[in-house]
Amino acid sequence: MIVSVASGKGGTGKTTIAVNMALSLRNVQILDCDVEEPNVHLLLKPKISEEKTVYIWAPKINENLCDLCGKCAKFCQYNAIFVGSEEAIFFPELCHGCGGCTLVCPKRAITEERHKIGTLKFGYVGDLELVYGELEVGKPLAVPVIKEVKQCIKKDKITILDCSPGVSCPVIETVNGSDFCVLVTEPTPFGLHDLKIAVRVLEKMGIPFGVIVNRANIGNKQVYEYCKENDAPILLEIPFERKIAELYSKGIPFCLEIPKWKEKFETLFNDIRKLVDE
Amino acid sequence: MKEFVVLSGKGGTGKTTITAAFAVLAKNAIVADCDVDAPNLHMILHPKLLETQEFSGSKLSIIDEIKCVKCGLCRERCRFDAIKDNLTINPFSCEGCGVCVVVCPVKAITMVERVSGYAYISRTKYGFMAHALLSPGESNSGKLVTLVRQNSKMLAQRKRSDLILIDGPPGIGCPVIASVTGTSAGLVVTEPTMSGIHDLERALELLSYFHVSPFVCVNMYDINKDNTKKIVSFCNEKNIDVVGKIPFNPVVTESMVNGRTTVEYAPESDVAKEMERMWIKILSSLKI
Repeated sequence: MIVSVASGKGGTGKTTIAVNMALSLRNVQILDCDVEEPNVHLLLKPKISEEKTVYIWAPKINENLCDLCGKCAKFCQYNAIFVGSEEAIFFPELCHGCGGCTLVCPKRAITEERHKIGTLKFGYVGDLELVYGELEVGKPLAVPVIKEVKQCIKKDKITILDCSPGVSCPVIETVNGSDFCVLVTEPTPFGLHDLKIAVRVLEKMGIPFGVIVNRANIGNKQVYEYCKENDAPILLEIPFERKIAELYSKGIPFCLEIPKWKEKFETLFNDIRKLVDE
Repeated sequence: MKEFVVLSGKGGTGKTTITAAFAVLAKNAIVADCDVDAPNLHMILHPKLLETQEFSGSKLSIIDEIKCVKCGLCRERCRFDAIKDNLTINPFSCEGCGVCVVVCPVKAITMVERVSGYAYISRTKYGFMAHALLSPGESNSGKLVTLVRQNSKMLAQRKRSDLILIDGPPGIGCPVIASVTGTSAGLVVTEPTMSGIHDLERALELLSYFHVSPFVCVNMYDINKDNTKKIVSFCNEKNIDVVGKIPFNPVVTESMVNGRTTVEYAPESDVAKEMERMWIKILSSLKI
């Protein structure tokens, strides 16, 4: 079963919840799909057993064969190739790696070469398997790195996917194919506003979801009213407690220090399983 | 004219709260909310909408089922896994590259423009504002950010403003790069947590990669003073100015709940005072 943890607004506690849930269950793998700013490993501190480079294919233009016809530039939807009167220039940071330019070039002047855009890291903490991706700084394309991370999903395990904040491509790529999505919010106007956007995305994608209200005792009650009116189940509330905040700041998952939370996360997962079976 | 961007790497560290305060303190700055998939600044600055632009950032492939001969070449060649087993397009995966159009032997595939969101030009109590909203599930937030920045530059010229304040999105990927390139300076807002430190380092690397001068602010610095010390000494080593240390104070959430900036809602609070000090330091460094 694949459960993704997303939020809309950043900093609501996605990673904390994903990690604590993973530590409270058995036969589980956690995949950190926030490849721009991966944080799961900071809380789990795994020993990295393996690394793998992530590449995309990008064009290489053979000047000797190129007659500057400009068909590649016209084809490229991302403006990654510019053909002037004297040379064709390629902008790797705009390339999505679709390979179309190699197909449309009448002179077969374009071949492809690999460009490094990130790294995958693998590790274990006890029985818990962790995979995370790291986008190279300065590279814009998170999605291909996320795809590689998701290749590591094992069907016989419970898979927990930690998303990046927001609701654009990286989040869509991560939640796509999930059996369930946990939306983490906080009871503030920003939290509610971004929760509503995330709910619309999940409804459009047809992914069942539930809400966790983190820092439940701050802000106001509007998030509860919204969930009630829209039949969005509230799966769990986590209060704002200094102890929890301090443990997080030190990089310690709070269920390890406050054991009652392990039970709560187990119950949470059982509730999710029931909702999925329905 | 200078462009100043507020970003964070890690989400939820207080970018928008701080940008909103700066919008009040700056007077006549143009504000650009570049967090286009989950914008929040409008909830504090209450802009009055002046103009809406439709944004079409990409195309979407459509397969004509009648013409299609089910050869599967498109599916084979699509690098984004956007063509399902039954040879229909998954709009969430399609990046509109057009490879399927080229490889289809019977010309059964065409591309259509997709409306991916809206860009807005608005007026607030504090000046003019450019912002946007990406439609749920759409891609190409980077291009929409670029449109917001173009709008903000146009506003700055027309209104003779010498400063554009940019509220950036979290992360370091495509929309963040689009928010950062070409700006004069950037403030990275962090928090004294392990994740905050890790993400700060990557955000600073990004600024240096694009030659943008960095400033750092530690929000809720008293949640973990040891980590705050680590951040300060890390920045000192790198010669980066830590322009502010904002204490944890529930008044920040309270002002958000009331839809107001902290510097107006609680002007005498330690938080508001620190934000003002920070702004003065930034202004003198920017030489405006």
